[in-house]
Amino acid sequence: MSANFYFGVEVFLNGLMAGVMYSLVALGFVLIFKASGIFNYAQGVMALFAALTLVGFQNGQIPFAHLINAIFGTDLHHFGWHMPAFLAILCALGVMILFAFIVERYILKHLVNQEPIILFMATIGLAYFMEGLGDLMWGSDIKKLDVGIPQGGNIWLEEKTAFLGGEDFYGFYLDNLDIWATVLAAILVTSLVLFSQYTKTGRALRAVADDHQAALSVGISLRTIWVIVWSIAGFVALVAGIMWGSKSGVQFSLSLIALKALPVLMLGGFTSIPGAIIGGLIIGVGEKMFEFLIGAPFLGGATENWFAYMLALLFLVFRPQGLFGEKIIERV
Amino acid sequence: MKMTKLAAFAATAMTMASPVLADLVFPSLSYRTGPYAAGGIPFADGYADYFTMVNARDGGIGGVPIKMIECETGYNTEKGVECYESTKGEGALVYQPLSTGITYQLIPKVTADGIPLHTMGYGRTSAANGKVFSNVFNYPANYWNGASNAVNHILDLNGGDINGKTIALVYHNSAYGKEPIRTLEELSKKHGFKLSLLAVDHPGQEQKSQWLQIRREKPDYVVMYGWGVMNQVAVQEAANIRFPMENFIGIWWSGGEHDVLPAGDAANGYKALTFHGVGKDYPVFADVQKYVVEPGNAAGAGDQIGTAVYNRGFYAAMLAVEAAKTAQEIHGVKDITPAMMRDGMEALVIDEAKMTALGMPNFGPSFSVSCENHGGPGLGGVAQWDAGAKEWKLISDFAPSDMEVIGDLIVEDSMAFAAENNIEERCK
Repeated sequence: MSANFYFGVEVFLNGLMAGVMYSLVALGFVLIFKASGIFNYAQGVMALFAALTLVGFQNGQIPFAHLINAIFGTDLHHFGWHMPAFLAILCALGVMILFAFIVERYILKHLVNQEPIILFMATIGLAYFMEGLGDLMWGSDIKKLDVGIPQGGNIWLEEKTAFLGGEDFYGFYLDNLDIWATVLAAILVTSLVLFSQYTKTGRALRAVADDHQAALSVGISLRTIWVIVWSIAGFVALVAGIMWGSKSGVQFSLSLIALKALPVLMLGGFTSIPGAIIGGLIIGVGEKMFEFLIGAPFLGGATENWFAYMLALLFLVFRPQGLFGEKIIERV
Repeated sequence: MKMTKLAAFAATAMTMASPVLADLVFPSLSYRTGPYAAGGIPFADGYADYFTMVNARDGGIGGVPIKMIECETGYNTEKGVECYESTKGEGALVYQPLSTGITYQLIPKVTADGIPLHTMGYGRTSAANGKVFSNVFNYPANYWNGASNAVNHILDLNGGDINGKTIALVYHNSAYGKEPIRTLEELSKKHGFKLSLLAVDHPGQEQKSQWLQIRREKPDYVVMYGWGVMNQVAVQEAANIRFPMENFIGIWWSGGEHDVLPAGDAANGYKALTFHGVGKDYPVFADVQKYVVEPGNAAGAGDQIGTAVYNRGFYAAMLAVEAAKTAQEIHGVKDITPAMMRDGMEALVIDEAKMTALGMPNFGPSFSVSCENHGGPGLGGVAQWDAGAKEWKLISDFAPSDMEVIGDLIVEDSMAFAAENNIEERCK
């Protein structure tokens, strides 16, 4: 086999890995949509907020320090500690759970039985509010995120595969961070599936997803379920924030990763957890292979963004509910 | 009693009759929010702190206080134009929008309104031709100078011969990122290197394809025209594929501390171009500390002083103040108008003696602006990141760019603009 063939395989593998990163973001959307029918526009900002909070805890940053200093003329910045990554992750998770309570108490509770578009609008407001709040709490500078996940090409894999493809091939390149993301995504999805299939809360969650009214009639508390779902989505956002933030530092453009999740959702469906994963993999591989085979050599490159949407659109034409989404039947 | 009232009235009348000097208005079209805030904040802080220092230390420019009006653009072109429209009526003397997109929209507006526009190191490169662009200035260097500065540095590293070498351009897929392509293509013909183009779509969070391509093609050097998150991801990806950092050269907009710090030690050796000094080892920063930071008047937290992009904002404000002084000298009035400011910018002379007197020795190149040349000399230096010390180190002098190539391109592009817009050449 020629080196070019193996380079193609390398692009394919990296496409799969990139797809997993997209799926991590898409998962949060699916969880909330499945349980409440809300398309949560704020999911990308939740990833940003979670990552900002995590770094803030790690570095012992005083929240709202700029505001406090401006009002009281103080010079506060840090508590002076460096929190271990695991503890900081737990604290950030605590904040995301608190956030879920606040969202349910002050937004969702007041919007029960409203049109989906109203709920969608509420999440747009929430997104901008959180972005501003994150800025005010933690500042808008770029923060280095290091929770101990290794980065850089996997040298072992490179060396072991270097013999393939002759002199022009240097072995397969896979980023350690992406490998970790894949492992974490696998654990996350398995846990979510087990949780929804085999726990009482999980079954209640599925009941709410199937039919709100029926779930209420058998005594399931919609409000509790919403808090749980938003908490889990907050946890997924934290994982996505860690993975993406490790690549680029934690900064406000992190919220734009939601754009990468949209074609995944269009393709995988808004209600299927496996759909989010498979959709992510198809989008990741599709866009990377298109860029490798056609985009870069013939179209000047930078085709990934639009190709992902075009691919998703193509699927939509033939299967509007997505690959794994439930067919929506409106009875007249 | 009547006499007292009369005296008071006379005194008031006399005060009102004497000329009252209005403030000199310098709008700051900044972006402290959004995905590009990390670069926007230090620039805005540097720009504001210089004006604050001049007000506190010198009582303004020629005794007239400076009034800086800040307007948030979020790096959004529409908002930038709104900021321009809402502030121009305040007597704005010069605009520096820190965005190529906003610049393109403002060029016809400032020309019609008679207000100068200074796009230092960005914007429309061919605006360097003052014969066509009466109100636009982009001294002391522009994008095309940057491309040539990068190639010149590579030439220096290779004893002046890069025939057969490959240079990859990783660029933001926008008007800004595409600016150097034409220049690099011309330089490629001249020096015989192979140019490989790799576009990165906004915002640049995902660049796996581009860096896998670089890993496959193994270019000798990578030049980057990035902004925002694209820079941090590119530096990290380059480190991931173990591309030699000393062969990776970013334009000045890819050369902030925030661009390299997230990658940690892996970013060590990365290079970036600059047209001004780096670090805080300049006497003027003692004044900033004394007149701005200590009284609690710093634009930000006061922690950006000496960073690359802060220094750029600071330098931009210094050039604006010196142009205002020149305008005051030319016209013999303190209370200058935007038209006078334009004249001051066109007659600006920056030399080492002036910079030393300002407490900024060797902070930037010496240059003069003329009616024909609004772009300055196009001198650029190279800074290298020291990850251990967490600071940029200038590793070259401010060296000239290839004006033989760039000059022709500027004339060609600006004359096409003049023909499209029926602009008659000035400076005859």
